[in-house]
Amino acid sequence: MGAGHGHRLFFHGHSAIHRARAHWKLVVLLVFMLTVVATPHHWYAVFGGYALVLVTLILVARVPLLYIARRMVVEVPFVVFALLMPFIATGPRIDVLGVSVSEPGLLAAGGFLAKATLGVVASLTLAATTEPVDVLRGLRTLRMPDQIVSIMSFMIRYLDVVTDELRRMVTGMRSRGCDPRSPRHWPMLARTLGALFIRSYERGERVHLAMLSRGYDGRMP
Amino acid sequence: MHVPDGFLDAPTSIATGVVAVAGVAVALRGARKELDDRTAPLAGLVATFVFAAQMINFPVAGGTSGHLLGGVLAAVLAGPFTAVLCLSVVLLVQALLMADGGVTALGTNITLMGIVGVVAGWLVFRGLLSVLPRRTSMVAPAAAVAALVSVPTAALAFAALFVIGGTAPVDSGKVLVAMVGWHVVIGIGEAVITALVVGSVVASRPDLVHGARHLLAARELEIRKAVA
Repeated sequence: MGAGHGHRLFFHGHSAIHRARAHWKLVVLLVFMLTVVATPHHWYAVFGGYALVLVTLILVARVPLLYIARRMVVEVPFVVFALLMPFIATGPRIDVLGVSVSEPGLLAAGGFLAKATLGVVASLTLAATTEPVDVLRGLRTLRMPDQIVSIMSFMIRYLDVVTDELRRMVTGMRSRGCDPRSPRHWPMLARTLGALFIRSYERGERVHLAMLSRGYDGRMP
Repeated sequence: MHVPDGFLDAPTSIATGVVAVAGVAVALRGARKELDDRTAPLAGLVATFVFAAQMINFPVAGGTSGHLLGGVLAAVLAGPFTAVLCLSVVLLVQALLMADGGVTALGTNITLMGIVGVVAGWLVFRGLLSVLPRRTSMVAPAAAVAALVSVPTAALAFAALFVIGGTAPVDSGKVLVAMVGWHVVIGIGEAVITALVVGSVVASRPDLVHGARHLLAARELEIRKAVA
């Protein structure tokens, strides 16, 4: 990914998937995920089919599979939960590799893991092939209320500004010997966050004034 | 606590989706009263702040870490309707661009963290402020209790949804105890950080804290005499 260009969530490319209209991609994502969620747990072959569809799409989009895989870490907490499920679930118990586990729990955990993974990969594929601005445009086409779309556009526009601001503050804390993770230094962390809130809010006020001075009348052009 | 796809069955996901849409619609009307035509830029920046605040992890127990949900923090700082709106947008962005929380579970996530968390916390906060002495120094402790209550309440709502529409046959009592117990621990972290952040903003810019504004209006100018 080129430095400076685009967003770090977006993988620059020129495939048919990249070019497809964003609102269609959003609709397809939602319909696909509703279908996946409604599929019974024991239709193993169907889940394989879903996975095949997703992998094909990613390959057609020429997004490296490793790029998607690296961003799948958001799923980790639920993988842990799914791994616990066979042990805490009720129902008849079976032996797997010498460990007694609940059979319906194992089935549910497998189905749940498959669905959650498909969901994560599908969303990541959308994010990797669609610029955030196009996602906003797609949402507007799908009649998402104007206000929500504008709030979201401000959020996406200032995401890097504010997170970089926080990163600089945390770097400053660390260089003064504070560890933001440790509860001992929470008062310092809280003052940092308080300052971040005031800066963000004031930035919002400045943006609003700048908008007014350019003829903003309560509606986004 | 972002619920992924397939965790709850389709009817439950759709039902919570309807609740979320209704809640966000109410929040949109209310936020216009809190922020008038500054809604878009201000709610956008507050949402960005909530997102940034969620990036900071704190250790919970046994090597795991939790992070701020920020519902009560946003409600006390920017107003409850704005908070619902901000959290919903944060969840929407996280689901679509970061795959954190499933697309089909978006309604569930907005209902739990956006609506239940914020509304429960805000009610506790206002309830406490109405009985506590009318001083700005009371805002931070009230926010702490509200944050402490809001996180397990959202977890309780999640456990209820799981009992109704869960896809795994887990004993509902166990889920309830585990979810609520675990989230009380997270809630303590949330309460401490929320109180400290609110306290620091109240100390420097009390006019920006929505939950303290009515106290400022009642505050009179007093001229103190120097003792020495």
